Amino acid sequence: MTSLPTAEERSGKKLGLVIDLDTCVGCHACAVSCKEWNTQGYSAPLTDVNAYGSDPVGAWLNRIHSYEVDTEDGQPNRTVHFPRSCLHCEEPACVTVCPTGASYKRAEDGIVLVNPETCIGCKLCSWACPYGAREYDPSHGVMKKCTLCVDRIYNEHLEPEDRQPACVRACPAGARHYGDLGDPDSAVSKLVAERGGYDLLPQSGYKPVNKYLPPRPRRTGTQPEAAKAPKALEALGAGDGSLADQFFKWADKVLTR
Amino acid sequence: MHPAYSVIFFTTASGAGYGLLAMLGLGAAFGVVFPQSIWFCLVALGLSLGLITLGLLSSTFHLGHPERAWRAFSQWRSSWLSREGVAAVATYVPAGLFGLLWLGGFDGGPVWKLLGVLSAVAATITVWCTGMIYGCLTTIRQWNNPLVAPIYMALSAATGLVLFALLMQGFGAGQSWHVVLAIAALVVAAALKLIYWRGIDQAPRDLTIGDATGLGRLGTVRQFEAPHTQSNFVQREMGFKVARKHASKLRRLCLLVGFAGCLAACVLALLLPGAGTMVFLVIATAAAGFAVVVERWLFFAEAEHVVNLFYGTERA
Repeated sequence: MTSLPTAEERSGKKLGLVIDLDTCVGCHACAVSCKEWNTQGYSAPLTDVNAYGSDPVGAWLNRIHSYEVDTEDGQPNRTVHFPRSCLHCEEPACVTVCPTGASYKRAEDGIVLVNPETCIGCKLCSWACPYGAREYDPSHGVMKKCTLCVDRIYNEHLEPEDRQPACVRACPAGARHYGDLGDPDSAVSKLVAERGGYDLLPQSGYKPVNKYLPPRPRRTGTQPEAAKAPKALEALGAGDGSLADQFFKWADKVLTR
Repeated sequence: MHPAYSVIFFTTASGAGYGLLAMLGLGAAFGVVFPQSIWFCLVALGLSLGLITLGLLSSTFHLGHPERAWRAFSQWRSSWLSREGVAAVATYVPAGLFGLLWLGGFDGGPVWKLLGVLSAVAATITVWCTGMIYGCLTTIRQWNNPLVAPIYMALSAATGLVLFALLMQGFGAGQSWHVVLAIAALVVAAALKLIYWRGIDQAPRDLTIGDATGLGRLGTVRQFEAPHTQSNFVQREMGFKVARKHASKLRRLCLLVGFAGCLAACVLALLLPGAGTMVFLVIATAAAGFAVVVERWLFFAEAEHVVNLFYGTERA
């Protein structure tokens, strides 16, 4: 049923991710780990077409962007690595536009899933998502998306420490956190409160569950002298108008003649 | 948005088919179309249902699993696409019975007229649902616009009325008000489209890459590196861009060759007697077809999806 669960039906549990943009190093380990797990798990495989050719295509459930931020304070620009996947929104229009009932939001934990047995591959859900979280799998003709590793987090065949999404388990920087954002006392909720975690595009009205922790303020400081370009050039005698500089200019002219 | 040919053909062909069906149904109710002519029924209703059916079939070509298309009738409570599917199939019921009674030689009874009205209502609802599939998407500024569904209706009515005038003329029952009605619908459609184009051109692009990423609080945001070396599905489907100068050229073509051409041909059809009327109505039909196909291509090509902000577009 693509109608969203009502407030009474919802358990209050909102499983999701908290992504720390301060510590993410942009290594793509989460994306690779996601691909590896999900090519054998729910809605598997997650195929690539022409993977080693010149124009590979394929569905990935997690993509890592990198942005450059000009802070306009005389400091060097900042690089921010930005993992992007399904935010398991509370009001996901990707679910309500689905004509078949293949897309649904689980009442028990808020996870948004696609049933690969009933998806007709009309792609309308991907049009309705402002976050680009859904990718069509051309080799299966169905839509693929982050499952929050629903086949890991409840899997009693796994060791307890492995019962979390593959991306969270793989992150070497500890930039990804998983938990219940519906519980104000959970570790993730406290982290969001402490660090000022925010929603992506809150004006969309989709109420994303996943939160992003902003990069921490930078320590202010002056740039080391050696890093300043003009000084470095002066040391080589270029362009300061001294006798030596004039000599080198003359020599350059003579030699290029 | 990527303009898929199957969807362009579907929306324009079925739009014209539903417009013609609505006109035939109302024409029956008001005693305009001939209840006794089996040939007129076969050609006119056949053309209308043929366009609708071809359009619906073509719309299944862009599905990953066309054999599961029947599942799309289930979620009418929340989904405009599902509502459209239900309405499209439901329209066949009154339209089919309307055609059967017509072929059966029931000349103009009240049941036949009622079925005509029901067909017209069902056709109208279906076209409205088609427009709302796009109109309800808040992710695309150019689509989430109150004029989108009315323009789908106006273009469906205009193309249907041009076909209706052509068919009536072809069967020797053409009257000038058929053409006048087509002209009126064309003027309304073109006016709505002009208002729509002006509206989307003037609307502020107030969302930035900084808003989308939430990094705008730190300063000016630029894409430093894309997540992948080749375009992915999201970029191919949602990242289609048409150059501004091509778009304005195509808008002019749509308006001048399509709408104005069709209007001029309709006016000439009114002025010229006999065979000339028929010739100009054929030209008007071709021009109307050209207008809606170009309009529909632009409707997709000019639509900018908010997700492009994550891929480096500065404003949306």
